[in-house]
Amino acid sequence: MLKDITLGQFFPGNSFVHRLDPRTKLVMVVAYIVALFMAGNWLSYLVAFGFLAYSIIISRIPLKAITRGLRPLMIIMIFTGVLNIFFTDGTHVIFSVFGLTVTLEGLERAFFMVTRIMMLVTATFLMTYTTSPIALTDGLEALLGPLKKLHMPVHELSMMMCIALRFIPTLIEETDKIISAQKARGADFETGNLMNRVKAMVPILVPLFISAFRRADELAVAMECRCYQGGEGRTKMKLLRYHRGDFLAFSAGALLIAAVAILRSFGL
Amino acid sequence: MAILEIAELTHVYSAGTPFEHLALDHVSFSVEKGEFIGVIGHTGSGKSTLMQHLNGLLKPTSGKVLLGGRDIWSDKAFTRQARFRVGLVFQYPEYQLFEETVYRDIAFGPKNMGLTPEEIDRRVREAAALVGLSEEQLTMSPFDLSGGQKRRVAIAGVIAMEPEVLILDEPTAGLDPAGREGILGNIDQFRRKKHATVMMVSHSMNDVAKMADRLLVMSGAKLVMNGTPNEVFQQAKELLEMGLDIPEVTRIFLRLREMGLPVEPVYTVEQAQASLVRRKGEGHA
Repeated sequence: MLKDITLGQFFPGNSFVHRLDPRTKLVMVVAYIVALFMAGNWLSYLVAFGFLAYSIIISRIPLKAITRGLRPLMIIMIFTGVLNIFFTDGTHVIFSVFGLTVTLEGLERAFFMVTRIMMLVTATFLMTYTTSPIALTDGLEALLGPLKKLHMPVHELSMMMCIALRFIPTLIEETDKIISAQKARGADFETGNLMNRVKAMVPILVPLFISAFRRADELAVAMECRCYQGGEGRTKMKLLRYHRGDFLAFSAGALLIAAVAILRSFGL
Repeated sequence: MAILEIAELTHVYSAGTPFEHLALDHVSFSVEKGEFIGVIGHTGSGKSTLMQHLNGLLKPTSGKVLLGGRDIWSDKAFTRQARFRVGLVFQYPEYQLFEETVYRDIAFGPKNMGLTPEEIDRRVREAAALVGLSEEQLTMSPFDLSGGQKRRVAIAGVIAMEPEVLILDEPTAGLDPAGREGILGNIDQFRRKKHATVMMVSHSMNDVAKMADRLLVMSGAKLVMNGTPNEVFQQAKELLEMGLDIPEVTRIFLRLREMGLPVEPVYTVEQAQASLVRRKGEGHA
């Protein structure tokens, strides 16, 4: 059941999107988000949607994986949708109930807001699905590199993120194991009122915390034993290098932003 | 009568994703009441997955698990009952301890069964005594105990449910020889006292050879051998090909045979001793 969590999950593959440099993908996601927030009409949304759809198709990520990732956001999307439908001022009233009016403008706005959230999340999912966590933090470290000049602990931050990402699957597996073990002793997590269910979490959380601290301690000792000191003077096993595909992707991203900007300025 | 019947059990992990993995492939066998069964197999051969099907923690992709002749998935209440009737001790069970005192941790299972406080108390004390925990230790925090003692507490927590079938997944992994002997002794005692059925997954061929009535050998998600230790260790060559070990004495006696000494195959030190004494009596040695 816990295996269904897709947060930061990596789908190994060898598509065009998989092969892109992690820095490219990070920049592209940021660019895409900028484009999304610039988009303000049907045509520009269509362009942004087409761009995303094409990226998904060439990445060969199953559509099911993406819809599964969107499911936890359902509540936020419904909430946004409903709020925008009812609380947008407009002139084309469709109907009104209990003093709340639904206008054509409201419906349009709600639709834009919801699709914006969906596309935004899908774009980030596409990045984490096609990039291994290690590559992702490597890319992030490289992109934030200039901040080192301002004495920001960029390497340490990316190392922390890398460790955190690395341990998500381990801890999920561990949680699964603890849940199974307590279930084998008759623990019941599915029935009872809220209070009972919260109490039922204790037999899981206590062992989980203990094991997380144990692991952290072991890892710290192991790193210290090897005199680990990141950052300055340390070379990389895998050097990041841009290839033809990356320039292609950058051009596509620039075109996307340009297209959305032009559409925006024409007010189409 | 067979207490557990496993029919054509198949399990696939993460079906429909790139991580799809066949863990059990049409496994069938049955377990008689009171038997001691050893389960051996390489890491990743499906032993742990198999064990988790026997008390309804995992649902078969296809196939059936019958407990006392009834499918454990036939209804929800029976699945829950199966958890108590088939006690499962996981690998490194000491990592599941969570209560403030040893007593309360052992009482967790019996409490979930909805027993009376008197019955819970009786079971906790009996289980603790069976695994050699003192009265004083019952009031201690489980986190202040040594590794071996923690494991005894965890095993007591399952024994206290007084299951008809006790399943242990590598109960002696990571313990020193004294700790191993202790735990194996506890298991044997529990079995004799409660006339329970025991299944034990182990990497130690010496242990299973000594204790088990019957051995199941798993390899590549399949059940490849099912027989008495004698029958199984006869196929020493096949076992070694699967990357499995054979008991040390069996290895020595195989070598003796290769060197031309006509000794019968053995798998425990006692048998080896008897065999050698017999030969000496006959005047060959």
